[in-house]
Amino acid sequence: MSSPAVATRTGDAPIYSVRRRESLHILRGALKTFRGATGALLTLGVVGVAALGPLLAPHGGTDLLGAPFQKPGSDLPLGADELGRDVLSRVLYGGWELLLVAAAGTALGIVVGTAAGVVAAYVRGSADALIMRTVDVLLAFPQLVFVLLLVSVIGPKTWLLVVGVGLSHAPQVARVLRSAALDVSERDYVKAVEILGVPPGRVMRREVVPSLITPLMVETGLRMTYSIIIIAGLSFVGFGLQPPSPNWGLMINENRIGLTQNSWPVLAPALLVALLTVGLNMLTDAIARVALGVDRAERAIAAEALGAEPTVDVA
Amino acid sequence: MATPEVARDDLVRLPASRTRSPWREIRALVARRVALGVVTLFLVTVVVFAATQVLPGNAAYAVLGHSATPQAISALEKEMGLDRSAVSQYWSWFSGLFQGDLGKSLANGEPVGSLIGPRLENSAFLVAVSGAIGTAIGVLLGLWAALRRDKPIDHVLSVTLLALTSLPEFVVGIVLVLVFASVLFHVLPAVAVLSPGQAPWDAPKLLILPTATLVIVTVPYLFRMVRAATIEALESEYVEMARLNGLSPLRVLVRHALPNAIAPTIQVIGLNFLYLAGGIVVVEFVFNYPGIGQGLVNAVSDRDIPIIQFTVLVLAAFYVFMNIVTDVIALLATPRRLFR
Repeated sequence: MSSPAVATRTGDAPIYSVRRRESLHILRGALKTFRGATGALLTLGVVGVAALGPLLAPHGGTDLLGAPFQKPGSDLPLGADELGRDVLSRVLYGGWELLLVAAAGTALGIVVGTAAGVVAAYVRGSADALIMRTVDVLLAFPQLVFVLLLVSVIGPKTWLLVVGVGLSHAPQVARVLRSAALDVSERDYVKAVEILGVPPGRVMRREVVPSLITPLMVETGLRMTYSIIIIAGLSFVGFGLQPPSPNWGLMINENRIGLTQNSWPVLAPALLVALLTVGLNMLTDAIARVALGVDRAERAIAAEALGAEPTVDVA
Repeated sequence: MATPEVARDDLVRLPASRTRSPWREIRALVARRVALGVVTLFLVTVVVFAATQVLPGNAAYAVLGHSATPQAISALEKEMGLDRSAVSQYWSWFSGLFQGDLGKSLANGEPVGSLIGPRLENSAFLVAVSGAIGTAIGVLLGLWAALRRDKPIDHVLSVTLLALTSLPEFVVGIVLVLVFASVLFHVLPAVAVLSPGQAPWDAPKLLILPTATLVIVTVPYLFRMVRAATIEALESEYVEMARLNGLSPLRVLVRHALPNAIAPTIQVIGLNFLYLAGGIVVVEFVFNYPGIGQGLVNAVSDRDIPIIQFTVLVLAAFYVFMNIVTDVIALLATPRRLFR
């Protein structure tokens, strides 16, 4: 029994390894449920298409190979798009960038939102008031509109999409994490290290944040879903990822006029985006149900999705 | 328990004598809420202005594009007043908002107000209709599922709506077009283009698909919130108490359970309208519906800053206003909160 004791004194704070185990436990529990397993399968399937697609694509994503809106045939299995490019290849190429930008925006939103929420909850006082008033102001902008506002001046740059999507997530993340952190900050183990004289920054990093693993998992799942919806949606209206390189949102819009001639260039990307968002959503749902219990999860997720003030404590 | 007949029903209602003028408290709360809303709105104008006019890629550059000569840019900057200090620019824009002077469109020189006005009506109509239909469907289905909890119908509804949750608006819209307006059937118009001056209520058939899209996107959330809130109310201690006191199930439901599900439900309905305010941007674009959402997308392509500023401001103001309204209604609908 001596070695673990030494490890706790010298190495990583023990709470991190405990929480890591807890999060794996939740994830494993979620994957055992029907919705968790289905969600994970759908998500992995679409992520697989996006990640491996470029390696499998029979043609280049921008090669002109057939007549516009050519029907599917032996050479072009899903036919051609508005300019006569291979739909299958464009679908296979069109996911990775979308997913990367969505993941980066999500990560940024979670980090900024968590930092703001935890500081507000732990420090309280005027810092709390300042952060939460800022949150109130930013929440007044619908997320897509907020990113559009930035894009309208600077132009549709990829980095701007990441920053815009991240910033548009941050207020809601901050609100949820603040309400969870308020509860954690009052717990005995946090009070105990405070008495030992540990500085606030360290208490927040090493004691408060690791205890927020459950809301963080749920939040990350939800935010990733919205990131995909926002970026695909922005690309659809023409202000997200830019042509000629293919992406699923853009493909749906540019090929709408040929819907009756060849519906694949619209249907295939629409199906992939739908499967991805539904899969991610089911997985997140399963995680929340395992972590919070069925009833609280239902209410927490629905409230969050619509942007409500967190009514249920999620810690 | 000397007068059980009276006491039974009044278990959840606190006698009025225990409180000091709840109305004064309500007024104070409402006043505070409104004041906070006004401050938020003011800060929103600052953010909108800062984002569009002070950010590095400045507006004149944004309008003229990369190929503009420095002379052309400085001429336009002068015309737009961009050579003045940021504070003075902000002030003339901000004070203009109150005098009904919203500036002129950079794309065609028309006043912003007369360009956005009709669009605003169209969008408001779309949001109102979709919100009303979506709310009715979501609330009824949620109540139904909660009352039949864990029965087959609850499972069917929950699973179906779970599958519809978080589908992007444009995917739903496109699939509806594919099914009803082009490939499979050809029964509905694929676009909702109104001729100039035509009111949306005069062309109900055009509105079916955009409305259906918004309803499909929002009902799952409403359903889940209402179901969860009703179940929570049904399982609360006072409902249990009422039940133990031998009240009929219908009476328990109507008098004791539902009133406690009203406040959360009102909040969801409010949230739903807020969600719609963002959702119309993509949906109007899908169906070419001439509302402020489509107007915003067009303005972003044209880099028409005054239109963008005002449209975003309207959407944000709607958010602030709806939040106040739902908070106040929810407050009035929650007897417990009043008497605390």
